[in-house]
Amino acid sequence: MSTCDQAGPRRVVIVGYGMAGARLAEDLRARDPRGERVSVTVLGGEPHLAYNRILLSGVVAGTMSRRSVHLHEESWAERNDVDLRTGTAVTTIDRAARTVTLGDGSQVGYDALVLATGSRAWIPPTEGLLTDDGELAPGVVAFRTLDDCERILAQARAGAPVAVLGGGVLGLEAARGLAGRGSNVTVVHPVGHLMERQLDPGAGGVLAKALTEHGIEFALGKLATRYLPGDGLKLDDGSHLPADLVVVSAGVRAETGLAEAAGLDVDQGIVVDDSLRTSDQRIYAIGDVAQHPGAPSGLVQPAWEQSGVLADLLTGADTSSRYRGTSVITRLKARGIDLSAVGDVHPEIGSDEDEVVCLTDARRGRYAKVVLRDDRVRGAILLGFPDAAATVAHHYDNGTPAPSDRLAFLLGRALPDEAAPAENPATMPGAVTVCKCNNVTKASLVDAWRSGARSTAGLAEATRATTGCGGCRSVVEGIATWLASTD
Amino acid sequence: MTVTADVRTGAATHCPYCALQCGMRVTPSDVGATVEARQFPTNGGGMCQKGWTSAELLTSPARLTTPLVRVDGELRPANWDDALGVITSRLLGIRERHGADAVGLFGGGGLTNEKCYLLGKFARVALGTSQIDYNGRFCMSSAAAANIKAFGMDRGMPFPVTDLAAADAILLVGSNPAETMPPFVQHLPQDGLIVVDPRRTPTAEQAALHLQPAPGTDLALALGILHAVVADGHLDESYVDTRTVGFDETWRVVARWWPEHVERVTGVAAADQRRVAAMLAAARNAYLLTARGTEQHASGVNTVGGWINLALALGLPGRHGSGYGCLTGQGNGQGGREHGQKADQLPGYRKLDDPAAREHVAGVWGVDPDSLPASGRSAYELLDVLGAEDGPKALLVFGSNPVVSAPRAGHVAERLGALDFLVVADVVLSETAAMADVVLPVTQWAEETGTMTNLEGRILLRNKAIDPPDGVRSDLDVLHGLATRLGQPPERFPAEPEAVFTELRAASRGGVADYSGVTYQRLRDGEALHWPVPEEGHPGTPRPFLDRFHHPDGRARFVPVRYHGPAEPVDAEYPLIATTGRLLAQYQSGAQTRAIDELMAVAPEAFVEMHPDTAERHGLAAGETIRVVSRRGEVAAPVRLTSSARQDTVFLPFHFAGAQRANLLTNPALDPVSRMPEFKVCAVRLEPAERNGADVDM
Repeated sequence: MSTCDQAGPRRVVIVGYGMAGARLAEDLRARDPRGERVSVTVLGGEPHLAYNRILLSGVVAGTMSRRSVHLHEESWAERNDVDLRTGTAVTTIDRAARTVTLGDGSQVGYDALVLATGSRAWIPPTEGLLTDDGELAPGVVAFRTLDDCERILAQARAGAPVAVLGGGVLGLEAARGLAGRGSNVTVVHPVGHLMERQLDPGAGGVLAKALTEHGIEFALGKLATRYLPGDGLKLDDGSHLPADLVVVSAGVRAETGLAEAAGLDVDQGIVVDDSLRTSDQRIYAIGDVAQHPGAPSGLVQPAWEQSGVLADLLTGADTSSRYRGTSVITRLKARGIDLSAVGDVHPEIGSDEDEVVCLTDARRGRYAKVVLRDDRVRGAILLGFPDAAATVAHHYDNGTPAPSDRLAFLLGRALPDEAAPAENPATMPGAVTVCKCNNVTKASLVDAWRSGARSTAGLAEATRATTGCGGCRSVVEGIATWLASTD
Repeated sequence: MTVTADVRTGAATHCPYCALQCGMRVTPSDVGATVEARQFPTNGGGMCQKGWTSAELLTSPARLTTPLVRVDGELRPANWDDALGVITSRLLGIRERHGADAVGLFGGGGLTNEKCYLLGKFARVALGTSQIDYNGRFCMSSAAAANIKAFGMDRGMPFPVTDLAAADAILLVGSNPAETMPPFVQHLPQDGLIVVDPRRTPTAEQAALHLQPAPGTDLALALGILHAVVADGHLDESYVDTRTVGFDETWRVVARWWPEHVERVTGVAAADQRRVAAMLAAARNAYLLTARGTEQHASGVNTVGGWINLALALGLPGRHGSGYGCLTGQGNGQGGREHGQKADQLPGYRKLDDPAAREHVAGVWGVDPDSLPASGRSAYELLDVLGAEDGPKALLVFGSNPVVSAPRAGHVAERLGALDFLVVADVVLSETAAMADVVLPVTQWAEETGTMTNLEGRILLRNKAIDPPDGVRSDLDVLHGLATRLGQPPERFPAEPEAVFTELRAASRGGVADYSGVTYQRLRDGEALHWPVPEEGHPGTPRPFLDRFHHPDGRARFVPVRYHGPAEPVDAEYPLIATTGRLLAQYQSGAQTRAIDELMAVAPEAFVEMHPDTAERHGLAAGETIRVVSRRGEVAAPVRLTSSARQDTVFLPFHFAGAQRANLLTNPALDPVSRMPEFKVCAVRLEPAERNGADVDM
């Protein structure tokens, strides 16, 4: 295989056909639709088409079909001049020869290699979760892949007990989906409050209460020590938790094996710079497997932004393009719960440097906390304030000053300047425009009445009020009645 | 409103302004004429302040009653023969020196069907130029292109407006009818109205739910709501299977736009997106209606396509009592885009590059099909090259005021100034007419007969009610006179409206917008004729999509559309978004309404609407004059505060002239398909008004 093919397009080989790898192939083709600059090969380990991981909680909740979560249709690769090989594991990288070796022993040469191998579910060391040969025990399912979702759906029965290990975003989404399908769900979480990476204890508490309203129970600050198939979990406080099914959502680990074996710098993930380059100048990494100081792991937004930058660089569309990190807003996608969290949420009321606005309405499952500095949003938690979540996120993203009316900010909607025209015609100010279509004020109706227009029809003829859309007819009638009563 | 017997003797006609074409009756009087609203389905006997005051312009002192010819830099009264003679000799001279395409025409969406038709014919036959387009390019072009893609045909509302009354939910996107066509509001539901608008407009205030996205992000919002429709189980699968194609490919795009992701782009709460999906899905009957706010973007076609995809996923179009429609703006915005004043078009909504269409129309016109020019430039592209090396050296303008209404208006005025020769036919001395070498005074709606096609695709007859002032001629007359002087046989350019209409019928026969079965008599008899009307015995087609859409397979198309955002994002130098729109008491460029005292008393000048915090950050108080500066120009106008405004957005009405022209700011980035400019979003900054006026020419 040639390693320095000077003629023809550069050979870009992408290892991994998940959300990052699929996106990169699209981004490359968007910048080079005719394949003049780069050829694109995608090597996917799983046998099926790439799918949208964001929608998996919808699959568990039963609102999404398997087909509807696929990112591409069957003909996508061919139509876009992409050499897509699914069910193809890459076994080794030969950096000197610039080739990768596939499971069947064949080799693929590259000019640029992109590792987008993602991450896998981490299984906690609870005794009994894994069988002796390292497989998940019967009745234990991870929540990571589309196949996992199908296993969960096949095994979760309405009315039967299910334990979810992990009170992070994904675990709670799975729990909410299963509860919605009629399972009796208990979430086991080793920390004292839910989603501790994103929430302060106050918010975690209100969230747990809100989820309890949806039938979910919690074992917080507790570890599962032992699993017995067909029975359930033993917890570290000695209690027993019955579970026909255990769903594991306790975190992920980057799939760095291939990179490590090739001698690339690997920490928690494959270390990359702002060009998404690894310690080998011809090898890049994006998505969950990549470790960049500005990119939180386990989220799709950084992967998509990285993909855009890398496509700019690999096609030469914009050689100045760099990835500087992603500001992430955490959203819990669980029916009936609206939660978003962003930035640094830990400063407390009374902080010297930060302004903290906080509102707790635990009984109704609502909690709002906004941390500001110099009028800019530094962090926020908004649980049960969907409108505020939208505007706060907008200000956080754009670095724009927050509205001076902090209450309106928390409510997410500006309060109107003027109250609607008073219903009482007697107390309505004269300057209120009654008929907007014809700019008729209450004062001009009163004037018309005094000039002899002594009926609604007469007022209409004299002032044209009610003769546009007719929406003010009842108000004009009210004014006429009131004027008649004062005569 | 009581209508007295003597009023009934007046002529039944329609309002001169918007596409609702409210029924009115015009009666001659001592002062000129009086107008009264009359019962008509679109207005239900109502009329807004513009309609009620419309007769004032008939006798306004601002009215032009004699041709004007520029002599020694000054417009001076001239007689018609001299004026038409000057035009003819100048056009012939320019054509001889620079070729036929050196003469351009610019039409308008307020002109009657007869005028639009004859203008297109005049360009192609009498002048032989390809350089004709019109201001409707700035209005309806994005919705038109998206409609054709999705349904195979562009009839703004493919149902009578009165059908809306049966709806439980209506999603109104980028439309403010409470100000722009007030009597329309009576057709909207009391509950169940959802309004998408970056401003809390009077329409939004009436809504059950108002979504307030950042300007220019509507397409993302459409994707988010469609995502919610699918994810929450509201997809109308049997409709999608039997009446559409292309859902799967579209879904691949939509799948990446879950509501939380859309929320970050648009600022619209994910919960509200889901609520809209649920409200529309739960309604027995629902409509989705779009207008300029969502269409006037460099991505306008895709944005409308995104909304149509949503309507299709809910199974709305082509179902009695539900549907998708676009709210046409200008009086004849619908008919104006059908009969050949558009750069790429022949009568009957035919395409100029279709050999069969050329053959048919050339046959009606009695000319060789090969003599018809090819497609010309779109409106902004045409204005942009005026007076340039390869652009027109002369321009004839009918029913339009681009000095105020075109994007990047300062530049457009400069281009108009670079022409060798400019002719403007208008009622008043508009800002564009004031630049002309020859100005022709023409008749107004009440002084002439002609047809209009309203927002429902219904053809209306406006009957002449009063005699025009002496010295004024109709546009048809002008075209007849010029064509004859240019050597055309007189009968080829009739000045009589009904004769022109008879020819239009033949030219449109067999086209998408087929008017061949419409006669003045049928219209006088009160028949409600919605096109296509292929034969005289045909009842018209009020709801064309009930059985099938206009594609060969009868199915509607889902079109996968991608979101890219505004053409000019804000940055440190220009940190605010400017958006523009209309006020109740003014109309379009204001050439007509600014001449009416009662309207000027309500809306006398431009203003810059902003949030109090935005003003405070700039050290501004209400009423203080401020300069709004974009990369293209600047506007000076007083500040108006509104706490419902987005803090990142300022709003300016676009009806005003001189240094108050909102379009001095706007971005002429064009939609790749429709060539619609990006009127609705551009980046600006605010500066104190230290200097007087704008530093942009004109």
